[in-house]
Amino acid sequence: MKIKSEKDFWAGLMFVVVGIGFAWGATAYSFGSSARPGPGYFPFGLGIILALIGALILFESLTIEVDGGEKIGPWPLKQGSIILGSVVLFGLLLPRLGMAATLPILIGLSSLASGEFDWKEVLLNAIVLTVGSWAIFIKGLGLTIPLWPTFITA
Amino acid sequence: MDLLNNLALGFGVAVSFQNLLYALMGALLGTLIGVLPGLGPVATIAMLLPSIYALDATPALIMLAGIYYGSQYGGSTTAILINVPGESASVVTAIDGYQMARRGRAGAALAAAGLGSFFAGSVATLIVAAFAPPLTELAFKFGPAEYFSLMVLGLIGAVVLASGSLVKAIGMIILGLLLGQINTDVISGVPRYSFDIPELTDGIGFVAIAMGIFGFGEIIMNLARPAEHREVFTKDVKGLWPTFEDFKQAYPAVLRGTALGSILGVLPGGGALLASFAAYTLEKKTRGKPGEVPFGQGNIRGIAGPESANNAGAQTSFIPMLTLGIPPNAVMALMVGAMTIKGIQPGPQVMTSNPQLFWGLIASMWVGNLMLIVLNLPLIGMWIKLLTVPYRFLYPAILSFCCIGLYTLNNNNFDVYVAAIFGVIGVLFYKLGCEPAPLLLGFILGPMMEENLRRALLLSRGDWTTFVTRPLSASLLLGAVAMIVVVTLPSIKRKREEAFQEAD
Repeated sequence: MKIKSEKDFWAGLMFVVVGIGFAWGATAYSFGSSARPGPGYFPFGLGIILALIGALILFESLTIEVDGGEKIGPWPLKQGSIILGSVVLFGLLLPRLGMAATLPILIGLSSLASGEFDWKEVLLNAIVLTVGSWAIFIKGLGLTIPLWPTFITA
Repeated sequence: MDLLNNLALGFGVAVSFQNLLYALMGALLGTLIGVLPGLGPVATIAMLLPSIYALDATPALIMLAGIYYGSQYGGSTTAILINVPGESASVVTAIDGYQMARRGRAGAALAAAGLGSFFAGSVATLIVAAFAPPLTELAFKFGPAEYFSLMVLGLIGAVVLASGSLVKAIGMIILGLLLGQINTDVISGVPRYSFDIPELTDGIGFVAIAMGIFGFGEIIMNLARPAEHREVFTKDVKGLWPTFEDFKQAYPAVLRGTALGSILGVLPGGGALLASFAAYTLEKKTRGKPGEVPFGQGNIRGIAGPESANNAGAQTSFIPMLTLGIPPNAVMALMVGAMTIKGIQPGPQVMTSNPQLFWGLIASMWVGNLMLIVLNLPLIGMWIKLLTVPYRFLYPAILSFCCIGLYTLNNNNFDVYVAAIFGVIGVLFYKLGCEPAPLLLGFILGPMMEENLRRALLLSRGDWTTFVTRPLSASLLLGAVAMIVVVTLPSIKRKREEAFQEAD
């Protein structure tokens, strides 16, 4: 057995796994009957259909020849972890350190992903964006976003 | 002429210096807040609702209408400029709009969206005035079975949106429907797939999914390219205005979108949303002029059609609200709220008991549209300037606004994490060649679809044939089947593939 299309193979597998997962999860809820469908009725049916579609894609990926094998190629691990890491860090720190500290951290950290890091530019960007965000979101719109670290305000 | 008399009455109310000023202010505030990613019309109206407390009923509603149109247009602006749809109806606008922006044609795209919306809004105003009563009758004929079938049709329509494999696109729709199942079951009140996380019992936020997949995912994929290929937007900006050629291409799309949007908007429950998707499908199926840019690559019809449909639908969605008192979407629910604050009970009686307000509101809808054009056409130049900022400055700014927007959705950091997870999923989809737009549509329609399916089955006592024995429902399903047949027919399939290969 040889994989003819790498992209489709893994996409098919993803659909099968997620479909079965949802259908299996749905068994925890009352299925009801067609006349009185319960909360598990719709997700169970959908999960099964998704798994079937995934199986069809898997089958095609193993049988139908495509040019170049539709390789997935390298994953953007570095960029992905920097960007999403800085987003998660933002979520963690914002309630504790406030926007005045968290936003520059987000901007500084995420700028590392560009590969053209220049600290003067990043500093300028961080200052402009932080002051701008304060003016728009806190001053202008009156949203309740913590601005300063809790150890200062408390 | 009743129609003219009524409109004259309405405009008499709406067009005073004071009311025009409120409309302009509303449109300005709405646009400025609406372009911030994550703040769609609902959030914007909710945020600005207190500002109308002090006003009389008519100016208050006029200002709200301005805010509504402003924020809706703001959502389309972010869809075109940074590929983050501000609200569900602008998901399809992002497909071709963003591609146009990358080719230096953001000005034309924004103008097409604005002018198309204005035209559609004007026509829909007339339609509301002329056909409110008969259109209400049509809405009455729609039972749960018809809604379900309509959504099936809408979803199948979304499949032809995807430019890749048909089966994969259907898979993505179903995946979206399943993600929409993470919520509390509306009928039995049972939380589903929540893993005892309280935030998940309300479901995943649309904004978190859209920002994660489209916003974060897109940034990561862009950064993964070598720096010299990364410049997302071409430096060669081709004019702020649509060319004569653009107008020639876009105006039939605007006409079709307006017609479709006016009809679908009347249906309570996401009519305007379905309208924008249906209009995109229709445009894609309509043969364009030879040598036209393919869809998904920045075709102006892909913006003009859905944006017109969206706006026409938003306008005619006032019909069910004003005549039946049923708010068809969250925005209208807030409008109803505002009316109640002002001591007006929405319902069929408003038209007769309070004609000045009824027709004034309809006229003010049009005034709101007008203000939007007056305000936004000059702003286009400013938006374009924004795109000339180098990407290494731009993407931290997009990240910052997205993160703040996510945090303020519910004032906690849960949505920030959810969006980060969907960022990973977005990269996965990109790598596996799965298009995310159908997923988002499935996600939005999922809960409505389930509710209507279960209601229809309840009413028919478990008989699935109810979907094909009711004539309206049967013809909608037939339309869906016809679409699949057309797409899978070998000769057409080959053409479809050829069309996409040309695009590559």
